[in-house]
Amino acid sequence: MTAYTHATHGAHGHVVPATVLLAVWGALMALTVLTVAATWVDLGAMNLVVALAIATVKAALVVLYFMHMRYDRPFHAIVFVGSLAFVALFVIFALLDTAAYRPEMIPDYAPAMKGR
Amino acid sequence: MSHTSPHDAAHDPHLAHHFPDAATQFEAGKLGMWIFLATEILLFGGLFCAYAVYRAHHPEIFIYAHQFLDKVLGGINTAVLIISSLTMAWAVRAAQLGHQRALVRLLTATIALGFVFLGIKYVEYEHKWKEGLLPGTRFTHPLPEGTTASPPAPVEPAPVGVAGEEATTIPPAARGPAGLADPAAAPPAGPPRVPRNVQIFFGIYFTMTGLHALHVIAGMITLMWILRRARRGEFGPRYFTPVDLAGLYWHLVDLIWIYLFPLLYLIH
Amino acid sequence: MTSRDATHGPGALAASAQNALGGDNYLNHGRGVWSWLTTLDHKRIGVMYLVSILAAFLLGGVFALLLRTELLTPQQTIMKADTYNQMFTLHGAVMIFLFIIPGIPAALGNFVLPLMLGAKDVAFPRLNLASYYLWVTGALFALISMITGAVDTGWTFYTPYSTTTSTSVISMVFGAFILGFSSIFTGLNFVVTIHKMRPPGMTWFRMPLFLWGLYGTAIIQILATPVLGITLLLIIAERALGVGIFDPALGGDPVLFQHFFWFYSHPAVYIMILPAMGVISELMATFSRKRIFGYTFIAGSSIAIAVISFLVWGHHMFVAGQSNLAGMIFSFLTFLVAIPSAIKVFNWTATMYKGSVWLATPMLYALSFLFLFGIGGLTGLFLGALATDVHLHDTYFVVAHFHYVMFGGTVMGFLGGLHYWWPKMFGRMYSERWGRIAALLIFVGFNVTFFAQFVMGSQGMPRRYYNYLPEFTTYHVISTLGSYLLGAGFLIVLVYLIHSLAKGQPAPANPWGAATAEWQTPSPPPHDNFLQDPVVDDPYDVERWRWDAELAGYRLEGATARPAGAV
Repeated sequence: MTAYTHATHGAHGHVVPATVLLAVWGALMALTVLTVAATWVDLGAMNLVVALAIATVKAALVVLYFMHMRYDRPFHAIVFVGSLAFVALFVIFALLDTAAYRPEMIPDYAPAMKGR
Repeated sequence: MSHTSPHDAAHDPHLAHHFPDAATQFEAGKLGMWIFLATEILLFGGLFCAYAVYRAHHPEIFIYAHQFLDKVLGGINTAVLIISSLTMAWAVRAAQLGHQRALVRLLTATIALGFVFLGIKYVEYEHKWKEGLLPGTRFTHPLPEGTTASPPAPVEPAPVGVAGEEATTIPPAARGPAGLADPAAAPPAGPPRVPRNVQIFFGIYFTMTGLHALHVIAGMITLMWILRRARRGEFGPRYFTPVDLAGLYWHLVDLIWIYLFPLLYLIH
Repeated sequence: MTSRDATHGPGALAASAQNALGGDNYLNHGRGVWSWLTTLDHKRIGVMYLVSILAAFLLGGVFALLLRTELLTPQQTIMKADTYNQMFTLHGAVMIFLFIIPGIPAALGNFVLPLMLGAKDVAFPRLNLASYYLWVTGALFALISMITGAVDTGWTFYTPYSTTTSTSVISMVFGAFILGFSSIFTGLNFVVTIHKMRPPGMTWFRMPLFLWGLYGTAIIQILATPVLGITLLLIIAERALGVGIFDPALGGDPVLFQHFFWFYSHPAVYIMILPAMGVISELMATFSRKRIFGYTFIAGSSIAIAVISFLVWGHHMFVAGQSNLAGMIFSFLTFLVAIPSAIKVFNWTATMYKGSVWLATPMLYALSFLFLFGIGGLTGLFLGALATDVHLHDTYFVVAHFHYVMFGGTVMGFLGGLHYWWPKMFGRMYSERWGRIAALLIFVGFNVTFFAQFVMGSQGMPRRYYNYLPEFTTYHVISTLGSYLLGAGFLIVLVYLIHSLAKGQPAPANPWGAATAEWQTPSPPPHDNFLQDPVVDDPYDVERWRWDAELAGYRLEGATARPAGAV
């Protein structure tokens, strides 16, 4: 039996083709260059949005292809996205509340930091 | 010889007695690892929350302080982790296809790249230590003039008396754009003002990158154990679960860095 | 000798095969301490957990009795103020992290879950053992903290006091961190087991409700505990490295700490109650000799509670500096979370209606649960409403509320489950008479202890206070006397349960007539859980199980037990 038939017979699950792995890697490197380059362009508040968007595309590539989610059961995706949803819940509420009580805070209060 | 005969199942040394078959065991392992990754996402999520809160309310601190981080080193580290994810994913593929030598080499490469990452991190941390760019009261890096030109709030506010005894002497909160000082104090022309409490940035920076580095180390230890088993020929098309699961963990470590890099190093 | 009887279907073990104390069972399969310490058998791990958490309960209970004794008089009674602070902190930390969070899932769930699924073990037996050893390690760090200066911050570790006090915070917090991972791995194990190891024919809606309870609990364990993890790590970072994220002296935000802390600690209380609710579902059906009412609603409410529990944490922070906007949102959501719990209470009550209620000891605890959890839950509404909470926050009203739900709820559920599964776990029946006496004593003692606290709390008695105004003395004395009654009740339970191990009646396979799979194997079960594959059918078909005097237990109607040795 060749290695290939061995694979189709014995391997559990799908094997990611080498070309896909390399293509994804290439995209990741290119996106990294892009995100660094974007810091030299002034987009104001959009800089953060662009940076996060590029990061999310990179993350999606890693999750879908390197981590195999594209070929896996959907439940794994539910687990993963679910955890992100709860992080988002936490962050959003924390931002909401801290923004709302901020007017009551003493600005730059840090008495242990002498004179800095 | 049929590969799916019950004869095989009974002799499969990797099938645990409480699972009905190898496929269920493999699926259970994958689900378990994904759930574990979910917990790691929530662990780091807390730090991302702290980042979000402090950046939202003190953007000037982040914009000012990130100049102390080296974009080049950060970029190299990003590339290093991305390449290591490639070698890891390829190692899983090699195990699935029974390419024993490739598996060993790719695992070794992944671990080596981990060492490179940690090495660069060490260089960065050493620089911060020398420059006094540390959290809290350990922040001793000299900042240019302009630090003390701050809102008129006293450093030690007078204590508020029991109701009715004393009016408060705490001045009202500053309300400037982006939380900067009282607009009445005219900002000096020239280079941007140095914000107060720059040490907050470094509290966030060290906790986030520190926890991440601990996870890189844990991942490398795991991979070294997997490598040892791989060199003994334990993995092949019929059984590669540990390689797959360790790979998932390693990719998560990469994923977290994919977000840390722009958030900490590429603040515009 | 084990009789491998060729019996006629489930629930028809021959009289000689009902009890396995004289033969092979998981307790004597493999002898010696080492075989226990390295076991991968979920049943043994469950028993080790049981012993460990009961030891923690004893320790936490002793702290409680000591602090209640201190509160007998308005001034110093038996200890100094600093010691008192440590006493209530340790009582809380030990009870929460070492007893009640692992509690039912680790001690009872580990034992019962695979049996209910007709499975041989949980999905990851080695991870299960690791979870146990993580518990032990966490307990060790907690003990180290106790003997090196303890902690006086309250179990809530609020900053900046927790980051600046000179007591042994780091070791306690690190212990809690490790315990968190024990909890996470247990939850992970249960989720995968329920997903992947259900037997053919057991769809999600044919699972016993105890498993739905454990599943909902596991969701929370997995999603919430890591946030506690990072919170505790940040406390350590603040103390050891001076990081300053939560310390206002360094520019940090202490209210943010509370957001971090309660994001876990509110869902944590549902980790505590959901398994207990699962137990109550089993007890209600079995001891009403009737199918559970509203199965789908009870199952769905377990998941609803798990999800909504993540949306209400700010109700611990109404007067902490949280904004009014957030306060209003959290208050509204808090009212929502009460609904699924209420649905369960109605369904349990409806189960009893027109049932044949059997007041055995487990059922006495289930009934206690209904009453006490009902009070606890309703008083939570006073705390969830913003206007009343301003008055009640940080008073004994809060203390009474959470003891009614955690103790009157979870501990009653735990005791009910313990008495329910005790014959299965150890092959012995305990004294029913002493069981009832103790249950009554605990019920009375509990109400005496904690009802007085509702009253004095609403009159303004603050919590965690060492000295108090003389007008509250009578309430404190009543509460303390109640606590001694409680202690006596638990002592009685301990004595008759231990006595039963040596001298109790051998238990049949199904002493209570329940229809879930664990009752189809001898008491105690064999190492591999079942002599023959159980038929996993409708888990609430209790009416088909009939009392058989020869077995001194229940058998399935229509099943014929063949004599031992027959083919």
